[in-house]
Amino acid sequence: MRESNYRFRRIKSLVMQFMVYLALLLALIPLSSIIFEVARRGLVAINLDFFTKPTPTVGEAVGGVANAIQGTLITIGLASLISVPIGIISGIFLSEYGESKLSTVIRFFNEVLNGVPSIIIGIFSYAIIVLSIGFSVIAAAFALAIIMIPIVTRTTEEALKIVPATIREAVLALGAPKWKTTLYVVLRGAKKAIATGVMLAVARIAGESAPVLVTMGFWKWWFVGLDKPVANLALNIFLFASSPFENWVVLAWGSALILMVMILGINIGVRILTRGRY
Amino acid sequence: MKLTGDNVFKFICAVIASSVILVLGLMIYELTIRSRLSIETFGTGFIVGTEWDPVKGIFGALPLILGTLTTSAIALLIGLPISLGVALAISEYMPQKLSHIFSFLVELLAAIPSVIYGLWGLYVLIPFLRDHVYPLLQSSLGFIPLFSGSIYGGGILTGGIVLAIMIIPIISSVSRDLFSLVPRSVREAVVALGATKWETVRIVMSYARSGILGAAMLGLGRAVGEAMAITMVIGNQFKLLPSSLFDAWYTMSAIIVNELLEAIYSLHVSALINIGLLLLLINLFIVILARLIVWRSLRMVRGIMRE
Repeated sequence: MRESNYRFRRIKSLVMQFMVYLALLLALIPLSSIIFEVARRGLVAINLDFFTKPTPTVGEAVGGVANAIQGTLITIGLASLISVPIGIISGIFLSEYGESKLSTVIRFFNEVLNGVPSIIIGIFSYAIIVLSIGFSVIAAAFALAIIMIPIVTRTTEEALKIVPATIREAVLALGAPKWKTTLYVVLRGAKKAIATGVMLAVARIAGESAPVLVTMGFWKWWFVGLDKPVANLALNIFLFASSPFENWVVLAWGSALILMVMILGINIGVRILTRGRY
Repeated sequence: MKLTGDNVFKFICAVIASSVILVLGLMIYELTIRSRLSIETFGTGFIVGTEWDPVKGIFGALPLILGTLTTSAIALLIGLPISLGVALAISEYMPQKLSHIFSFLVELLAAIPSVIYGLWGLYVLIPFLRDHVYPLLQSSLGFIPLFSGSIYGGGILTGGIVLAIMIIPIISSVSRDLFSLVPRSVREAVVALGATKWETVRIVMSYARSGILGAAMLGLGRAVGEAMAITMVIGNQFKLLPSSLFDAWYTMSAIIVNELLEAIYSLHVSALINIGLLLLLINLFIVILARLIVWRSLRMVRGIMRE
């Protein structure tokens, strides 16, 4: 092989190595820019009023997002109430009774549902709930629950699979039926891992705004009932961002900051807690 | 089958787990029923129609479909090479300790809510592109019609860029999994023949070729359905064809975000749900195909490993 040819191949290899790291850098620039800008512009908005007062009216100087924090918590709570039991039981089925044709199909549909755009899930909830009882918390919670189910199902399945078979065998050998073994021993053993899965799902829906918009719309007051809308942090960002009022834009960045802190906090926390376990 | 606790428990679990199939079925059914008015009024004319006028009650979705597919294609064009670079950097080039940190950082991109991408796009990315990048693009490539025309900041290219950032995590994590499955012995064999690092990496990539296609389609599926960020940066103007990549346009998801709350008469609502149905079908087609390709490819690469 000629010397010059080898040199050319080496240079080409080095150039490609540079390109690969350049790609990584390009992917991380937006991430750092988003975190930096949200922190910088959001911190200005954070004060006592921000956490204690509801949405200000146009031109009003004081006001906060307290009602949106309340509304977001209620919506997340309701969505979890619907989706967590369904997700955990589905996960049990896939892990403990897996390897049948049905479980392969369910696993596949679970992935498909996970890929369905959240706006479509919002329209689905709009079609079956809003068109009959009107814009409401329950319609938004229903949409968010459907987004959560595939995530909880998958993480539960993975969590249960980590529980060692020897534990199952030990309990079965003592004479316990399989369902008791699953519910009282296997599920309990995987409790922490399932909880992290639920937290990740919560982090995901806390930032959802498209399905919330089409099921509740804009609401600037406090909670008044499950068949009425509530305010929502993520949706506030969308509505405040494009408003011409300076104080609303500031609130948009403030809302973005508390959402980011919560969502990134959960993600990083889960990563640290589960480090080395998987 | 005897009615024992075990059988009952298994049955209940199976029924609840199957609800995911029911939900998807019900979703398609409901959206079809609620679009019926629009389907009956316009038929296939809805898909090829080029006018959207809620005042006159005329609805055609072609420009929205084109807008959705174009921005998603731009996202893929920009996002795919970057994602592959990220996947290679993490699985082939970096020491393991570092790669864990960086793969987590890239995955954080997927955790950031869409609406925060929109906020950032509106206040940070758009001014940056408008003042520094687009004038440069125009002065160097302005002779191509795609890069001519006035610059607003928001628009098709900006939308494509934001979507590209949003699909990087999914494409790169799937490709990374594929690369890491290629057995060490393959790499060693290639290196033993005197290949450079890049030549080795190319062989590794060739094992994952069909899987990369699947990963790209998963990214496409996500880009097609993305709603908030794109609504905030694309400009929201209904027109058949924009004049350049800097021009404003509209997408299927954006029109739903903008109009569903204000729609008061049933034909308008029905037309918007019809858009949702079309979007769901496009998304399902892409995602199901992508999943099948990725699964097959994962099995194939694992099969090679066993041989």
